[in-house]
Amino acid sequence: MTESLGIIKNLHFARNDRPIFSGVNFRVRRGKITAVLGPSGTGKTTLLKLLTGQLRADQGDISLFGASVGSLGREALFRMRARIGMLFQSGALFTDMSVYENVAFPLRVHTDLPESMIRDLVLIKLEAVGLRGARYLMPSELSGGMTRRVALARAIALDPELLLYDEPFVGQDPISMGVLVQLIQKLNQVLGLTSVIVSHDISETLAIADYAYVLAGGRVIAEGTPEALQHSDQADVRQFVAGLPDGPVPFHYPALDFAEDLLAQGGAHA
Amino acid sequence: MLDWLAHLGRLGLTLIAALGRSGVFLFQSLNGWPRSSEALRLWVYQLYSVGVLSLLIILVSGLFIGMVLGLQGYTILVDFGAEQALGQMVALTLTRELAPVVAALLFAGRAGSALTAEIGLMKATEQLSSMEMIGVDPLRRIVAPRLLAGLVALPLLSLVFAMVGVLGGWLVGVDWLGVDPGAFWSNMQASVSFRGDVVNGLIKSIVFAWVVTWIAVFQGYDLVPTSEGISRATTRTVVYSSLAVLGLDFVLTALMFSNLS
Repeated sequence: MTESLGIIKNLHFARNDRPIFSGVNFRVRRGKITAVLGPSGTGKTTLLKLLTGQLRADQGDISLFGASVGSLGREALFRMRARIGMLFQSGALFTDMSVYENVAFPLRVHTDLPESMIRDLVLIKLEAVGLRGARYLMPSELSGGMTRRVALARAIALDPELLLYDEPFVGQDPISMGVLVQLIQKLNQVLGLTSVIVSHDISETLAIADYAYVLAGGRVIAEGTPEALQHSDQADVRQFVAGLPDGPVPFHYPALDFAEDLLAQGGAHA
Repeated sequence: MLDWLAHLGRLGLTLIAALGRSGVFLFQSLNGWPRSSEALRLWVYQLYSVGVLSLLIILVSGLFIGMVLGLQGYTILVDFGAEQALGQMVALTLTRELAPVVAALLFAGRAGSALTAEIGLMKATEQLSSMEMIGVDPLRRIVAPRLLAGLVALPLLSLVFAMVGVLGGWLVGVDWLGVDPGAFWSNMQASVSFRGDVVNGLIKSIVFAWVVTWIAVFQGYDLVPTSEGISRATTRTVVYSSLAVLGLDFVLTALMFSNLS
């Protein structure tokens, strides 16, 4: 069995009395790409935040790099996070810094490297995402896809041991999507990283993942290798993998009968 | 009735929770602030952003308020043949009350709202989260320099406000309405006490600086990260700061000047 870098056991978490997770078990395998799939709003991003201690679990054990995340103090959490790179859904670049400075930021705060070495490292990372030529641009001048690629360069600036990707494929054009998929796979293989991808782009994610979890309704409804999931005969997994509107996972938010709702008179706003 | 009581209770709990959060927030921001050249650079930049950039509004407002004081003071004092006391009146009003209070109100509107909106937008665009994930504490990197810059900038701005105000009073009283310049300055010099008036005014202004900047950065950090959340928090910063400044001004005045007769 592969060694675990992070383990979540029996996780319970609620937000404003609305349960997000009720009894989730999850394992991040060292050196592998672990995918977390699931429809929007199932708390995939929340899972990453819980894993890195940005949110505290109501119940359950979360350990990362062998330490219990819940028991770490503020300082220790920040030290631990320096070993993690995270690609945010929005990119989350610092808007008052240029592309170059964004990628250089983690290097400047965590190392005492001379400027010439920082420059080399930044250019290497930007070259990897194909944006070396865009280094003087400000984040406001970048497209959504470019923003995400710069954010990826920043996430790998410190050569982290663990890379977390939050919806990396959303809003990418086909070319950068293909490049990104390959890049994530290559980074993992060449640098020996461990990756967690949170996504609802099933085909891209399953193409590179070693192991995947499907989240729905606050629980893990299925887990296994991509092949196993693709051939699963479980109805809710099939619905999600095939992208069908009808099935055990409802597409509609709970509501009155449609015809009844349209014909409702008086108190029309209700 | 019970609903109303429950509502009141909830409101009280929310308020106490927010106060607690803001206290912890303040402590964590200032606790162990690094004394590095990078921290100094961030602080100086914020000093420019909240202080120097607020200078224009402070200069213009100070000048006009001084001019109005000169004009109103003259029309009242001249009835008693006491227009020579104009300098004393303008200077005491400014150093004791108007400079700290009006500068703080202007600061809340100009710099406080900007701080809230800036930090709020950073939160809404996940910049604060990404900073946390890079292993940098946003409380130290983003909040602390702004807090300390506000703390230094506002007292200095208040001093500038008072000085420009006196100049405005002089322009109207002496230059325009013909009060004797010797009487204007010597009465001022004889009646304004450095310890009792200037220092007390400065103390007021330091207290206001704490309160306004604390409210501004906390509102930015604690807001709901949506466009509506940012707009509400910015409004709250200006409203809460203004009320806090005016309320505290009364308390401080009562403590400082109640024994003067």
